[in-house]
Amino acid sequence: MRFSVLTFPGSNCDHDCWHALKNVLRQKVDLVWHKEARLPQGTDCVVVPGGFSYGDYLRCGAIARFSPVMAAVRAHAGRGGLVIGICNGFQILTESGLLPGALLRNRSLKFLCETVHLRVENASTPFSRLARGGRVLAVPIAHGEGNYTCDAETLRHLEDRGQVVFRYCEEDGAVTPRANPNGSLENIAGIVNQAGNVLGMMPHPERVCETEMGGTDGRLIFESMLDALTAKG
Amino acid sequence: MILAKIHVTLKKSVLDPQGVAISEALHSMGYPHVESARLGKYLELRLDDRGRSKNELQAQVKDMCERLLANTVIEHYEFELQAIPS
Repeated sequence: MRFSVLTFPGSNCDHDCWHALKNVLRQKVDLVWHKEARLPQGTDCVVVPGGFSYGDYLRCGAIARFSPVMAAVRAHAGRGGLVIGICNGFQILTESGLLPGALLRNRSLKFLCETVHLRVENASTPFSRLARGGRVLAVPIAHGEGNYTCDAETLRHLEDRGQVVFRYCEEDGAVTPRANPNGSLENIAGIVNQAGNVLGMMPHPERVCETEMGGTDGRLIFESMLDALTAKG
Repeated sequence: MILAKIHVTLKKSVLDPQGVAISEALHSMGYPHVESARLGKYLELRLDDRGRSKNELQAQVKDMCERLLANTVIEHYEFELQAIPS
């Protein structure tokens, strides 16, 4: 399978994603500079990585969404291609309108860098299909603006259509206010679009793909994508 | 020359954690009657209005706000255009 990891000025998790996909999962990976108007031929999945694109000026992700490569990402998503946005990548996808809602400043106003637990709420997406529903993953977060919000109608659609893929939870899977690190609506940590091929999540699965890095739960997400792509042929 | 003065704030329905922290700070400074604070952004754009009507500039600034300067999912914007010396 072939992955395109985007690099914007200020991206800082692009090489982590590249490493996890290339060296751990043994896939073909291209780093794609944001000025490119096209994705490499044969791209199966686009990774919009974390970081501080354009210095988070104006709003996180607000300027990156106008980069030339984003038109190609939109077209790829429109064809049903997989897109995963992690952290700043999630912010870029909401700013682009590829995912609903927005990410606000953390309720505590603090930058949070810690491991959180995520409950898999929908195990039928291409990003979670190797999980059983209710499975709990330990994945780190590192963000100042990860407080997911949307209006009441959008929330109802997300819930009704199973678009909430991950929720912040306790180690045992209980979804509680205490387990919510940033004030996100309904403990939302990751969502998919209505078609189910675009995922945005604040936690960083690429950072937990090897035991040396403190965990391997992140692999489940990438392996699910590989499984989905293989099944699709 | 036209100066566009633009204010962007979080919508009333969206919690503004910075505003809450500011109002708490003001309380601790001895201003308990501050009921709430909202923090926003102020932008100034200098626009060359030669050959452009005020209505056209008005429509353009609205478009800039909708597409980039504000995220209308969470933010509210308002602006005014003011003639200034070139």
